[in-house]
Amino acid sequence: MRQDALRHKLLTRRAAMLAGGQALLLAAIGGRMYQLQIAQSEHYTVLADENRISLRLIAPVRGRIVDRFGVALADNRQNYHLVIVPEQAGDIGATLDALEALIEVSETDRRRVLREVRRKHSFVPVIVRANLSWDEMARVEVAVPELPGVSIDQGVTRHYPFGEITAHVLGYVAAVSEQELDGDPLLELPDFRIGKSGVEKAQDANLRGTAGTSQVEVNALGRVVRELARVAGKPGQDAVSSLDVVMQQFVTRRCSTEQSVACVLLDAITGDILALVSSPGFDPVPFSTGLSSAMWQELSNDPRKPLSNKVIAGVYPPGSTFKPVVASAALTAGVLTPETSFTCPGYLAFGNTTFHCWRHGGHGTLRLRDAIKKSCDVFFYETARRVGIDRLAAMAHRFGFGGLLGLDIPGERPGLIPTREWKFATTGGAWSQGETLIAGIGQGSVLATPLQLATMVARLVTGRAVIPRLVRPEGLMLPGGDRGPSDFPSLDLAPRTRALVVDGMNAVVNEQGGTAYAARIPNPGLAMGGKSGTSQVRHISDYERAHGVRKVRQVPWKQRDHALFVAFAPVSAPRYVCATVVEHGGTSGGGGSAVAAPICRDILLEVQRRDPSRRVPAENGVAALDTARNQPGPRGG
Amino acid sequence: MSGLTSDFGRELGFIEKLRGISWGLVVLVLVAASCGIAVLFSAADGNMQPWASAQMIRFAIALVPMLGAAFLGIRSWFRVAYWVYALALALVVAVDLRGFVGMGARRWIDLGLIQLQPSSLMNIALVLALARYFHVRTEEEVARIRFLVPPALMVLIPAALVLKQPDLGTAIMLLLTGAALFFIAGMRLRFFALMGFAVAAAAPTGWHFLRDYQKNRIYTFLDPESDPLGAGYHILQSKIALGSGGFFGRGFLNGTQSHLSFLPEKQTDFIFTTLAEEFGFVGGVALLALYMLIVGYGFVIALRCRSFFGRLLGLGIVTNFSLYVFINTAMVMGLIPVVGVPLPLISYGGTAMLAVMFGFGLVLNVGVHREVRFNRKGELQPD
Repeated sequence: MRQDALRHKLLTRRAAMLAGGQALLLAAIGGRMYQLQIAQSEHYTVLADENRISLRLIAPVRGRIVDRFGVALADNRQNYHLVIVPEQAGDIGATLDALEALIEVSETDRRRVLREVRRKHSFVPVIVRANLSWDEMARVEVAVPELPGVSIDQGVTRHYPFGEITAHVLGYVAAVSEQELDGDPLLELPDFRIGKSGVEKAQDANLRGTAGTSQVEVNALGRVVRELARVAGKPGQDAVSSLDVVMQQFVTRRCSTEQSVACVLLDAITGDILALVSSPGFDPVPFSTGLSSAMWQELSNDPRKPLSNKVIAGVYPPGSTFKPVVASAALTAGVLTPETSFTCPGYLAFGNTTFHCWRHGGHGTLRLRDAIKKSCDVFFYETARRVGIDRLAAMAHRFGFGGLLGLDIPGERPGLIPTREWKFATTGGAWSQGETLIAGIGQGSVLATPLQLATMVARLVTGRAVIPRLVRPEGLMLPGGDRGPSDFPSLDLAPRTRALVVDGMNAVVNEQGGTAYAARIPNPGLAMGGKSGTSQVRHISDYERAHGVRKVRQVPWKQRDHALFVAFAPVSAPRYVCATVVEHGGTSGGGGSAVAAPICRDILLEVQRRDPSRRVPAENGVAALDTARNQPGPRGG
Repeated sequence: MSGLTSDFGRELGFIEKLRGISWGLVVLVLVAASCGIAVLFSAADGNMQPWASAQMIRFAIALVPMLGAAFLGIRSWFRVAYWVYALALALVVAVDLRGFVGMGARRWIDLGLIQLQPSSLMNIALVLALARYFHVRTEEEVARIRFLVPPALMVLIPAALVLKQPDLGTAIMLLLTGAALFFIAGMRLRFFALMGFAVAAAAPTGWHFLRDYQKNRIYTFLDPESDPLGAGYHILQSKIALGSGGFFGRGFLNGTQSHLSFLPEKQTDFIFTTLAEEFGFVGGVALLALYMLIVGYGFVIALRCRSFFGRLLGLGIVTNFSLYVFINTAMVMGLIPVVGVPLPLISYGGTAMLAVMFGFGLVLNVGVHREVRFNRKGELQPD
């Protein structure tokens, strides 16, 4: 038994050692707990919060675009999506069957829903149908209590109340592309839309607004458990367009009588573009929601170029509408006085070439005023020859040709004013004087946009370097009227020069024998002045010249001349300027006056009646203040 | 005391056994299990379903084998010790042959009504068998190496089988528990040194037998932040949960890591983290103190027993229990690699609860029969 006692003693000793070892382990565990839970607790608390707290962006409401009187041209419309939350729905197939009894669910939608359900977490809502109609929504809404997991989600889409009418000015919004990511986290939101052209693009930064944030608690799978905090974002600011949408509608309607027209209506003093129509237009909605390739093909293959804003991106030989520039250059250079007269026998022989006047028999002997009135080509060949291309190009640039005007929406094209340097750079050849002659009637290499033509007239009648604009940073038109920015720099053109040219343009319309006499406004207070132009798209062959030009109907549309007209009104105190180009709308000769001039006349008559630069129109039966009388008279003229 | 001492020659009556039970230990076990149920309630976002109520029922059921084990005569346990061991080993083999795979490892056996994880019962069976073996051997024999071969095999065979399942955690538990019993039984310390060398020599070969995921766990343990979304995710999230608990914890039902599912296995292996996130350092230390009380209580009971078998049995089971606690807590704190052992009495799991309660039944048994002495053949023995 002594042996037993010894053995017990050994066991007790060993047990004590074991207990000691366990105490050490316990101390190690306690030490580790101290380290994690007390010493490094803050560090791990931060990590725990990073785990569970997720910052989500809330997209701000995009600002509206309104016209000068506050009429909404682009706003946001609520739309309704039908969504399924798979984990609540249970049998997705059965739910879809039940929905099919209520609304149309295509086979494609069905397959997409089933695919998304498999891929995503079961708590992530899957869109079954986007953009439900009001009727469809009502039908689903009634059935929702019997359909677990089915709900109706609200979204926002961009809405253009005037659709096609304002499409070229406003542009459209669409999903953000890779290149457009600029560091603004908003752009990474999956459904975010960004301005792609027009005012939508130019004003995107203001319209976009700033993102709000929502601090949410998420679990390990990313499911939102609850919202912890919310910082409201700033909605985008409204952008005020210079358009008067009533005029815009009027001009659109007026232009729709022709196949393809570019027309712009300017306030000559402020540069405000009151209407800008490139007809035909396009429907902006599919660009934001998704354009089918067939639709895209149709739009981009149309020879009338509905997607192009022809007012700012269409370049045309200005033809005789360029003559006021030539006249101004000649008067400024002193190579011509109002009394200088040339004789037009119907052609001008120069070197080996014969330059024809549009009028076969010629105009006889005439001075500047009649030359403008009758648009004599020979007179302007001779004038251009005397001025020379260098002074002519310089004057053209002063009027806004041959370069970007600096319009406040993207897409403007510069057109072209040929010079010696340009000729050498493009062909390597020397400038020939014949080209100067051709430039003198706005043909040859001279190219201009309709907006440049309108700007030229605005500069001519005001004497200032007016820059057209589509956005009014100062906001809406106030009832007190619109003085407009008077800080356009002076054009440095002698008032007498301007008066002579403007007088010639008055004669074009308002005197018998003027090319556009047929399109005159008989009311003397509203009379317009203008200049017609017909620009050749193709060369007139000697054969045609000898045998008579074919009738318009015999020439394919694409080969017919462009008809142009630029105009201002009222003649007494010019305020409104209109430029119209009817593509392939003219016959040779008086095309501009026959086709484009009546369009300008109707528009200028309507705009003077409405007077959107000086008056806030009557609304809701309340007459607007007639402030026109209290306004200082417009400059220029 | 004196009454029992003089009555060594006869079996104890039911009332005597009832009085001999260490009710203090039963209460401590009850308290620990209640803590576990509370944490399971929280882990289910404040619901009794699916874990807390099931655990309560299991605990209630496990009280029966616990008290059964306490009341059976200690000499009967001595006699059936090898048979229990053989039965447990057979179950482990059966799992290897026909058990089903759960959570990527073949550990479970379906006994119709319940699904059993025999490897956790193996721990208790091993302690019983080793206690009997060393009770039979004399001190001189234990000092000789050839008498250590059979018990060594008793440890290594089930450990190897369990490792093959693969269940590294239980295999390590079996090895450590076996080693602890060798130590208590009086094996020469130099043999331990020898075993240490042997293990060191065998380690590279053993490494070869580890599954890839087990190797990964060891890599991850060495550098947990190297792969925060992969293998290191569990341990990192566990440390975040513990650390963010701080001194007083986030409050009952307010643990974000566990409730938002960042914490893996929050109701089983990582339940200590769930508790310590919500109750903080204070709660964690309190639970460890409770465990310490239970272990201490077990040591006292075992050391007051007069039979060598009883002492070994009591110490072995209590040591096994405390090893579970240490390995589990050290694992969730990132002190050792993740090996997948539950926290006894707290973790959700039927077989583990059953095994632990059965083990405490045996500890109580040792206490009840502390005056019973018997010889190498199990015959009663006078002083």
